[in-house]
Amino acid sequence: MIELSDIRKVFNSGKPNEFVAIDGITLSVERDKVVVLKGPSGSGKTTLLSVIGCMTRPTSGRITLSGKEITSLPERFLTEIRRKSFGFVFQQFNLIKGITAMENVILPAYPTGEGFPDLKKRALSLLELFDLSARPITKVEWLSGGEAQRVSIARALVNDPSVIIADEPTAHLDTKLSKDFMEIIGKLKVRRKTIIIASHDPIVYESAAVDRVLEMRDGRILSRATRQ
Amino acid sequence: MSRFNKQRNILDFTLSSLLRRRTKNSALVIVYTLIVFSLASVLFFTQAIKKEACIVLQNSPEIIVQRIVAGRHDLLPADYIDTIRAITGVQSAKGRLWGYYFEPAAGANYTLMVSEEPGVEVGRIVIGQGVSRTIHANRADIVPFRRYDGSYTSFEVSDILSSESELVSSDLVLISESDFREMMGIRGEYVTDAAVYAKNKRELFMIADKIKRILPDTRPITKDEILRTYEAIFDWRGGILLVILSGAVIAFVILAWDKASGLSSDERREIGILKGIGWETSDVIAMKFWEGAVLSLSSFSLGIILAYIHVFFASSALFEPALKGWSVLYPEFRLVPHMDPLQIATLFFLTVVPYTVSTIVPSWRAATIDPDTVMRL
Amino acid sequence: MFARKSNVFLLFMAVNIFLLALVFGHASYGEKNALPYLRGKAQMVKRIGLSDLCLFTDARYARHPSMADLSTPFQDHPMSLEHFPSGTIITPPPHLRSK
Repeated sequence: MIELSDIRKVFNSGKPNEFVAIDGITLSVERDKVVVLKGPSGSGKTTLLSVIGCMTRPTSGRITLSGKEITSLPERFLTEIRRKSFGFVFQQFNLIKGITAMENVILPAYPTGEGFPDLKKRALSLLELFDLSARPITKVEWLSGGEAQRVSIARALVNDPSVIIADEPTAHLDTKLSKDFMEIIGKLKVRRKTIIIASHDPIVYESAAVDRVLEMRDGRILSRATRQ
Repeated sequence: MSRFNKQRNILDFTLSSLLRRRTKNSALVIVYTLIVFSLASVLFFTQAIKKEACIVLQNSPEIIVQRIVAGRHDLLPADYIDTIRAITGVQSAKGRLWGYYFEPAAGANYTLMVSEEPGVEVGRIVIGQGVSRTIHANRADIVPFRRYDGSYTSFEVSDILSSESELVSSDLVLISESDFREMMGIRGEYVTDAAVYAKNKRELFMIADKIKRILPDTRPITKDEILRTYEAIFDWRGGILLVILSGAVIAFVILAWDKASGLSSDERREIGILKGIGWETSDVIAMKFWEGAVLSLSSFSLGIILAYIHVFFASSALFEPALKGWSVLYPEFRLVPHMDPLQIATLFFLTVVPYTVSTIVPSWRAATIDPDTVMRL
Repeated sequence: MFARKSNVFLLFMAVNIFLLALVFGHASYGEKNALPYLRGKAQMVKRIGLSDLCLFTDARYARHPSMADLSTPFQDHPMSLEHFPSGTIITPPPHLRSK
């Protein structure tokens, strides 16, 4: 579904602090599978996620999404594709403080111009899915860690994307919540979502829901371990 | 439809965003509204008075001739009037008898004028509303006056001038000629000044010129000069108005500066998140636009509406301390409402536009950041 | 569940715009309505022979600015300073400033 061909990303090109984040990345991610990028910090996991998720353009190489090449699309088309196809769960949750859980969930859908009643309905059903029905009008600062995490996952799903990208999702969670998270991932896989996670947490990469683990070091993929 | 929806969605977020910092933004709206209110109130007040003067004083005497002695106003000899009548082009010339009277008990100044208004007879006067209010005098009341020699006389109030006419008559005491002369000690050979009317209005300046030449100790004032006095009366260069204007400008600059001096790290972070979850640069700019527009439009409209109510329904009550000064007799400013759309539009462009721009411009750079920075927040 | 914020704001602005329209309407109606009173005042000005509006009654040159000359505020002494507040609001008439 997603094909990366010889992807290379360089930051601060030409300047003294030039830095090659990832290099020679060639991989294909199958539909409805869970892939984990494993590796220490600085290995380029986050950059690879950014490139896959159309958040930044690779310095060289090609990306195709469902057969269509997207590497050189102009910003606004790229943003639209990103909005429609990808949902992001960030390490720090990155919820907007001071507004309600529901507003946070529908925020990615605002630019689509969809009518508010539809958005509200979708948000409420998502919140229900994640056991947050009691919380739509709560401001996010008042949510517990687990609730905030589930709100951020709900937000990632509001545009019904086919791919979920998560960057170190369990970094700030305890064991129980981490396990809960992987359970949700399993459920999402059943709902036909492709999931790519970057993590160095064993609870993540040793989870039964995971189909493939890719080890990364110094911007390159080392091994490809596949699991049933 | 979806474009409209999109803007509404973004507006929703902007409003949530503004409500987060409720106190700060409320204070901003209050200050902004006050600025617009002050400026608009001054505008409405001065415009209304100028308009009224322009209409009402069209009927002033065409030329008023004063006499100056040793640099001060002095009484005009009545035979000057005969001289003036003889000038070609003069239709009529009449002496005017008027002066000021200070009432020590009330501390008020009246303008006393000799007139043939109905109700004015020997022993009876017609007074303006302001006089009536100040000394609590009604019809049939007897009002004492002090003569020039210290003795006292009194007059009966036969009528009170209408309250609609306050702007021209509030402090008037209309009195008969004999009473005036007796009270002020002015002999029959003198009048206060002369009111002159011309056959042909276009010859006014020529006649005024002639009067000045023939009677060098006089000072003719034409109606044109009277009208222009009121056109220029509340010149922005005048003391208090300049203070209000400068104050408003400075306050506004401070408001806009706060916005224009850039985004806080919190705001930058938020824009990063928005871009990360799928907002485009144009969406972020739209949000910033709404942020400025919501505050500006609310404050501007509130300010104008409140200013209108203040000037035309509350008689400019807030200006009273400044306008009243040391006067005891103070007219009720029931002004004729007058709105000039051009001036409102100017005020709009001088406040709403700069403020909205100063909200958008500093956000421009932040709005264009790469979405992947959200990964590193 | 709860009122949509943009709806509240749009309603607020609609009310404001309505009030502004009302203000303009009231002003134009008020102006027309005032015409007879203004004419009445103009007649009074003609009959009595008035030359100024009664705005300030503290100083002579503020009460009759069109009649005042440059030395009127300093009737007492050439060096006496302005001490009437109304003098700070109004400015000398143009015919005194240019000549």
